[in-house]
Amino acid sequence: MYSKSLPYMLLLPATLFLCIFFIYPFTLVAWQAFTTDTGEFTSSFFQEMASHWKFNTALINTLLLALAVVPFQMALAIYMATLVNGMKRGRDAVLYIWTIPLGISDLAAGLIWLAIFEQSGFLNSFLHTLGVVEQPVGFLGYENKGIIFLAIVLAEIWRATSIVLVILVAGMGLIPKEYAEAAEVFGASRWQRFTRVTLPMLKPSLQTAMILRVILAFEVFAVVVALGGTNLPVLMSEVFTWQYELRDAHVAAAYALVILAISIAFTLLIMWALRVPKGARV
Amino acid sequence: MKPVKTLLSLTLATGLSAAAMGAANAEVLFWSTQANPPEEQQIMREKVLADFEGGADFAPSEGGPWLTRIQAELQAGEGKIGVLGSLHGDLIELSDGLVDLSELDTSSMNKTFLELGKLGTDEQKYIPWMQATYIMAANKKALEFLPEGADINALSYDQLIAWSKTMAEETGSPKFGFPAGPKGLKHRFFQGYMYPSYTNSMVTKFRSAEAELAWNKFKELWSYTNRSSTNFSFMQEQLLTDEVWVVFDHTARLADAFNQRPDDFIAFPAPAGPTGRGFMPVVVGMAVPNSAPDMEAAKNLISYMSQPEVQIETLRATNFFPVVDVELPDDMPASVKAAGAAVAAMSGSADANPGLLPVGLGDLGGKFNAVYVDAFERIVLAGQDVREVLDDQADSLRKIMEEAGAPCWAPDAPSEGACPVD
Amino acid sequence: MSQQIQPAKVMFDGPVHGRSPLHKYIFTGVVVLLCLWVLVPIYLLAVNTLSSPEDVNAFPKSLFPDLNTDSVSFFLNFAGVGQALWSSVKVATVTMVLSILAGAPAGYALSRFDFTGKSTFRVLVLMTRAFPLPLLALPLAVMYIRIGLDDSILGLALVHTTLALPFAVLITYSLFSGIPIELEEAAWTLGCSRLQAFQKVIFPLVLPGIAASAIFAFVISWNEVFAAAVLTIENRTLPAFLLQSLSFAPLHLKFAGGAVLVLPALIFIFLVRKYLFSMWGIANR
Repeated sequence: MYSKSLPYMLLLPATLFLCIFFIYPFTLVAWQAFTTDTGEFTSSFFQEMASHWKFNTALINTLLLALAVVPFQMALAIYMATLVNGMKRGRDAVLYIWTIPLGISDLAAGLIWLAIFEQSGFLNSFLHTLGVVEQPVGFLGYENKGIIFLAIVLAEIWRATSIVLVILVAGMGLIPKEYAEAAEVFGASRWQRFTRVTLPMLKPSLQTAMILRVILAFEVFAVVVALGGTNLPVLMSEVFTWQYELRDAHVAAAYALVILAISIAFTLLIMWALRVPKGARV
Repeated sequence: MKPVKTLLSLTLATGLSAAAMGAANAEVLFWSTQANPPEEQQIMREKVLADFEGGADFAPSEGGPWLTRIQAELQAGEGKIGVLGSLHGDLIELSDGLVDLSELDTSSMNKTFLELGKLGTDEQKYIPWMQATYIMAANKKALEFLPEGADINALSYDQLIAWSKTMAEETGSPKFGFPAGPKGLKHRFFQGYMYPSYTNSMVTKFRSAEAELAWNKFKELWSYTNRSSTNFSFMQEQLLTDEVWVVFDHTARLADAFNQRPDDFIAFPAPAGPTGRGFMPVVVGMAVPNSAPDMEAAKNLISYMSQPEVQIETLRATNFFPVVDVELPDDMPASVKAAGAAVAAMSGSADANPGLLPVGLGDLGGKFNAVYVDAFERIVLAGQDVREVLDDQADSLRKIMEEAGAPCWAPDAPSEGACPVD
Repeated sequence: MSQQIQPAKVMFDGPVHGRSPLHKYIFTGVVVLLCLWVLVPIYLLAVNTLSSPEDVNAFPKSLFPDLNTDSVSFFLNFAGVGQALWSSVKVATVTMVLSILAGAPAGYALSRFDFTGKSTFRVLVLMTRAFPLPLLALPLAVMYIRIGLDDSILGLALVHTTLALPFAVLITYSLFSGIPIELEEAAWTLGCSRLQAFQKVIFPLVLPGIAASAIFAFVISWNEVFAAAVLTIENRTLPAFLLQSLSFAPLHLKFAGGAVLVLPALIFIFLVRKYLFSMWGIANR
């Protein structure tokens, strides 16, 4: 059918890229997590990281945020994609609006949501105008960790759902219409058509979207810092703190490896959970 | 600026920009962590550096990229950066990669800062560029709540607490603001203001009974402090939005408030505690890395930046004060006038107790700061037991001092060998 | 933002037999709500951008700007913005081209062949995104200075390509996976070579999706700050240029800077939306 080397030829450009611009610097950095400046092998940096009083909080916050954001985002994006699919007119405009956040960086998103939640921000102004509050409320005060968490979740859902949406919409566009029509002829309800035809056919796109979202969710940083300040340490903010404030590249590298490890673990899990059996491919 | 000079700089500038087209590489690259705000960059380029012969390219950057970049150039042994401009604490870390600048004329400079610039070596590693300190600022609306008989220019910490308490109770919400956000300079408050004022020490008495009292006082102040302070990094913003009325911050981070609404705010000295009025002068330095492409031009730029008139232009641009003796003209911005008076009152007060920036810590400066920040987060935010936290953090502090082998600096008494933590 | 959708015109398509008008209204209402959810925060950013500094700091804030353009004009006249904008566009464009050239073949290989090392490669691609880039900036910068790629458009685009590559590979992989292999096989039986079959059958089908992943690449490059701040000095990209200044800027300038950053991205997505949506045409094969 094809020569054995063809797939490898196709992978070559991407692999070369990754080796030079990722594997090489990554190896240097990862090496730092295990060796001292004088080159002795040690696990003391990981111990220092794990025994630091913020480590557990940062780890738990990161996982909780991902858990609160990603599933909801997936569901919302699937729902939005089916809505778009059922539209005749205005489809392009609606899709354009929904994909706008795609072009907005996390820093800008943090800024936008800070303008809403801060003490003299739009939310307080709105509540004040309605007469709900007399004095502006300090939503993002350090005692309101729950509200801070919620604000971050909202901002993240607002910011990063469009990525999932575009991948899913592209995937849905590839599902042949005949399948749904056939299912309808056989008397399947809308819900059955969705669960028995659309979702299984969407699996490859779902897998892709979910893996990307989860990985990026573990690296959440700019929005958290904008809204939570130092109140809600996450793994990525600790990487920055150790690298640039505490100036300890070894521990920063150890933190980065932790992010990498949980990302890989979740990636493998999602790959397995949403695997597409060879025979079931269209 | 006099008209003649303007004309001169115009001719120079046009001539330069024409020349720059042909020889863009000849410009000295000034890599700075200061004068980052857009307005300040603009003034640095158009006013401060405009008259430098040969031209300078001002490139400000955030701390993280700034350090990464210069470290990369030092490692590679070549680069584009000619002059580094940054805080004492940043330059300490690059000490080994900095050229000796002893040959430059520094006769009119502040001697204390020059000594700091040696970074504990016998070479002049950096030349002082500008200085600042931390002061208090208040909205005039707050003045009516001052405690009976308190003099705003000679407050005590107890009076500040009483004042904040009255404001919180009378207005219905806390009106004291503290820069405890991610980019806030809270650690400098603990190191240079609270500790010297309560323990006459920064390091040695870190876990003393006096320190315990200081932290308890701060907890009391915190109960009348705006709850969102953990997001505040530049108190001028919260002053301008009226979220808070009384704040502590760096002079450069209060400037905007005075410049936008000069009639609404006043600046005044930091409060005093049982052992005096602790305050911390901040020094920013200029240095030349080993990897600089053109050593001579870089040194010339540093000499140029040290001239009195350029120092005054720098003050206009950045709200950082000169490090050479100059007579300030009367047309300075409101922020400079307000802050200048407060700084003079603070450093000239009878009970002034200056605490210097850490000396000789090398790249442990960040961890040193973290000891104080962690103590704050654990005691004040997480509500942990003061005594236990101080004991715990004192161990970290001792480890840092011993690892660095740094002798004590003011207000601690000089020590043989590493500064002890009792 | 001139594109106003008219809710009344959003019609329900597909099998609508027996759908009550109520359903249509609910459907339309949900769509409008979701549009507002996206647009309102952006509108608020615009309000802040187009208000005078005094208004940005005022409480309660008004929901309508007083159309004061001081902050915006400050930014647009800020020395170097034009050049930084141009650098950004150049870097993002090179990134877009490179990431598709390197990513799409890999995506195709992953979807069509089973070979040793396939899952290793997939995990490797993902790892790229799972490791904090700022830590990699130092070794990369040293390497660049030594080989002379430092402070160049191409050098930065190469790093951005590495960042965008996982998206390109994964999106093209799922696109190719969604196209039945029978289509290709049919073309082969009709005498097409593998390459011809790809050109004539597969490529037109995946073009919109490829365009979508190209946009991702562009946007990723556009918004990337850290590598840009370390690897470029005189050829700074706009985000690096602005964000270096933004975190220390007063509030009103922060918002203006944010808007300057967001607006070009909006325009770009608007320009390529046709590609993003032309997949509707091919869905009805």
